[in-house]
Amino acid sequence: MEQTIVLKVNGKSSSVTIDPETPLLYALRNNLHLNGPKYGCGMALCGSCMVLLDGKAQPSCIMPCSAAAAHNITTLEGIGTAQALHPLQQAVIETQAAQCGYCLNGVIMCAKQLLDEHGSPSEAQIKEALQRVLCRCGTHTRFIAAIKKAAAMK
Amino acid sequence: MPIPVNNTPTNESRRRFLRHTGQLLIGFHLLPASLRLAQAGETISPMPDEGNINTWLRLDAEGNLTVLTGKTELGQGIKTALMQIAAEELDISMQKVNIIIADTAQTADERYTAGSASITASGSAIRSAAAEARKILLELAAAQLHTTVQQLAVKDGVVTALNTKEAISYGALLKGRSIEGKVTEKAPLKDPAKYTIVGTAWPRDDIKAMATAQPVYVQDIRMPGMVHARILRPPVYGAKLSSLPNDDPAGVTGLLKIFRNGSFVAVVTSEEYQAIKALKYLREKAIWQKPVLSPAQDKLFDQVTALPLKGEEVAKNEAAEAAIAGAAAKVEAVYKRPYQMHGSIGPSCAVALWKEDLLTVWSHSQGAFPLRSTLADLLHLPESKIRVIAVPGSGCYGHNGADDAGADAALLAMELPGRPVRVQWMREDEHCWEPYGSAMVMKLTGGLDASGQLLAIDTTLWSDTHVARPGGKAGHFLAGRDLATPFTFTPGGYSGGSYRNALPLYDTLRKVTLFNYKGPLRTSALRSLGAYANIFALESFMDELAIRAGKDPAAFRLQNLKDERAKAVIQKVMDITQWEKRTGAKAASVGWGIAFAQYKNDAAYFAVVAEVAIDKTAKQYRVKSLTGVIDAGQVINIDGLKNQTEGGMIQSTSWTLLEQVQYNEKGILSRGWDSYPILRFQAVPSIAVEVINRPGSPPVGAGEAAQGPTAAAIANAIYQATGSRLRELPLKPDKINWQY
Repeated sequence: MEQTIVLKVNGKSSSVTIDPETPLLYALRNNLHLNGPKYGCGMALCGSCMVLLDGKAQPSCIMPCSAAAAHNITTLEGIGTAQALHPLQQAVIETQAAQCGYCLNGVIMCAKQLLDEHGSPSEAQIKEALQRVLCRCGTHTRFIAAIKKAAAMK
Repeated sequence: MPIPVNNTPTNESRRRFLRHTGQLLIGFHLLPASLRLAQAGETISPMPDEGNINTWLRLDAEGNLTVLTGKTELGQGIKTALMQIAAEELDISMQKVNIIIADTAQTADERYTAGSASITASGSAIRSAAAEARKILLELAAAQLHTTVQQLAVKDGVVTALNTKEAISYGALLKGRSIEGKVTEKAPLKDPAKYTIVGTAWPRDDIKAMATAQPVYVQDIRMPGMVHARILRPPVYGAKLSSLPNDDPAGVTGLLKIFRNGSFVAVVTSEEYQAIKALKYLREKAIWQKPVLSPAQDKLFDQVTALPLKGEEVAKNEAAEAAIAGAAAKVEAVYKRPYQMHGSIGPSCAVALWKEDLLTVWSHSQGAFPLRSTLADLLHLPESKIRVIAVPGSGCYGHNGADDAGADAALLAMELPGRPVRVQWMREDEHCWEPYGSAMVMKLTGGLDASGQLLAIDTTLWSDTHVARPGGKAGHFLAGRDLATPFTFTPGGYSGGSYRNALPLYDTLRKVTLFNYKGPLRTSALRSLGAYANIFALESFMDELAIRAGKDPAAFRLQNLKDERAKAVIQKVMDITQWEKRTGAKAASVGWGIAFAQYKNDAAYFAVVAEVAIDKTAKQYRVKSLTGVIDAGQVINIDGLKNQTEGGMIQSTSWTLLEQVQYNEKGILSRGWDSYPILRFQAVPSIAVEVINRPGSPPVGAGEAAQGPTAAAIANAIYQATGSRLRELPLKPDKINWQY
């Protein structure tokens, strides 16, 4: 049942021995000990588990590992660290754009794709890019402000 | 003068500091240090005495300050606010302060983190303890520096004699001893006019951890040998399990245990996805006896208002009835609020470990201590053998599934000694099993005299309980009710949550009657409890009264308020939004509405103006902007206060526009985000929040102030634009009469 699958995550190839049907999210969190992508709904409806697949923001909760192996996967850990912050992370911290912060992963990963594709997005483009992410604390307007700030930093 | 005792060498103190706190110094706060403590078999400290200084704070030899609170971090920023309070009173720089949140082995029992009460309760206790510690430190310094306390100044934890300029740090004064003594409440408190830390926008450091994917949440806990569990919850409330399949789930490896006790069923596996697969199998094969859920959703309000209940006279006032009976104009309206859910983005989770006669539970519960006492009841264990450690989870906004997940994990941990058990609820579990905010009906009657003066308001409301948190009785746990020998659930008698803010703050004759009904769905505390619906009703009604009186709704409110701070937030929001331009000739495509409340009639004042944009052709509207003004007394953290208020306005917008738990006789139909949609980014209005700071006034919590007024302001704006008075939440566009 279990197979060895090589996942390319954050620029590194990692072998995991896993049921190939396992959604990517669980491999990232439990086998690779990454905290960025989070379980929210398991139905690709909330964005908590967002990762970049070949640069595009995609939920990791329904894609099986067998299919994920074909992609370059980037998690929140892969875009910047506490010592070398990505502008989006820096802007989030400076804007204090979080309450519980559980949705922050989805927000940053969607914004990462947006900023990679549009240097200075409009507010409408930012909202559209974040439309797949659910935030329950009501931090939306701070996230939008943080993304504008990050765009200005780049 | 209390003598500092415990004269241990600096190194020992340092080790103790690390052992007891570890937070700033060790990567994942709480977990590794706490786990070591449990594994080392150290005895759990006896209940700390709330009258002792060191229950609330500890200073180490390097002058680092550790604050201890019995409250927990929910994303509201309480850690930072409490650290600011302690740092301010002691004149220590914020870089040297850290905090330990609720842990039954370390902190005071501060019950639940709820009701916007943390700043008032924990904040004032910490402030008093810090003032007491400062007094002791200054007395020590005066002796050491051969001067008087009056001749001393403190900056960044260093005490300087004003005459000689000789200085000594707190750390050097203590030499590793801890400050022990009682909080006498007689130590001088710092003059708020001299605050330099309290009131500032000191940033939360947990946001950096969140933004850089460090482990922050209970969901992020990983331990050696940890196993994964999923719970097979019944298909509907009260269902009894008839049978489970005899065979093990096909295609699932790593199955460690299928645990059944009565109707409580769990699967435990070595890998997480295996548990999900096994759960799916069990869901398909399990056979249940299912009771019918009743009354049906469309009959609920009619049935509960027709019940022969005995009303609770919240505010008795025969003069109010008489005034309305004799009024020149009598206005009556009925408002409704459906069941609504917390809808935490991360479903509930807990980790539990039974090892060496000690059960440790890591939980995002709002009440670590009450959870412990309820676990003791569930497991027939003494409280001394249970430790509950609060770890942040996804935002909860009240009593969600956190405690139930803690009970699930604890039951399973007892079956698997020595193995940490992680229970993760599925999305469907959280949607179907969290206790909802109660459906409510509010009937308001008011009287106006011939000149449009308000004479009286008579409120009658119907509500199920808003307070069913576990407080020692295991029947409050879902798992407790499903065991072969079940615990029964008896809701408490507290109805204050139901009539919260039902009593108008307006200066008029007031009468309030509450009918407590028992509805079909599980309910408990959701952010602001009954205040959301009661304020929606009252502030919609004030608009209706103002219109009947031929008065501007904002001016009508001001005329009927005596409290100057109440008037100030209304006046300020009128000024910011240029209200006088909003009430005259209205643009057909835009509507403006105002609403106000003082949360609980004794906490934060909040006024808000909503702007809605109308699309008559498409028969749609959207909330374009919300402008709020809040007065929460002395501001502790200006940015935290704004963040909470903005969040409350947006969350309330989501409740108000979209949210209603759907159910039928077979069970809950709102099982995920497709069937219970919440506000997404494109529908989010622009938000502005202004703060009125009141240095010297007691600081009050503000996390719930925005919920009710925002709902009413939106309804009032819709009325202004369309002439439709929407009295039943959520305010769906199809409830508007578009033929205006």
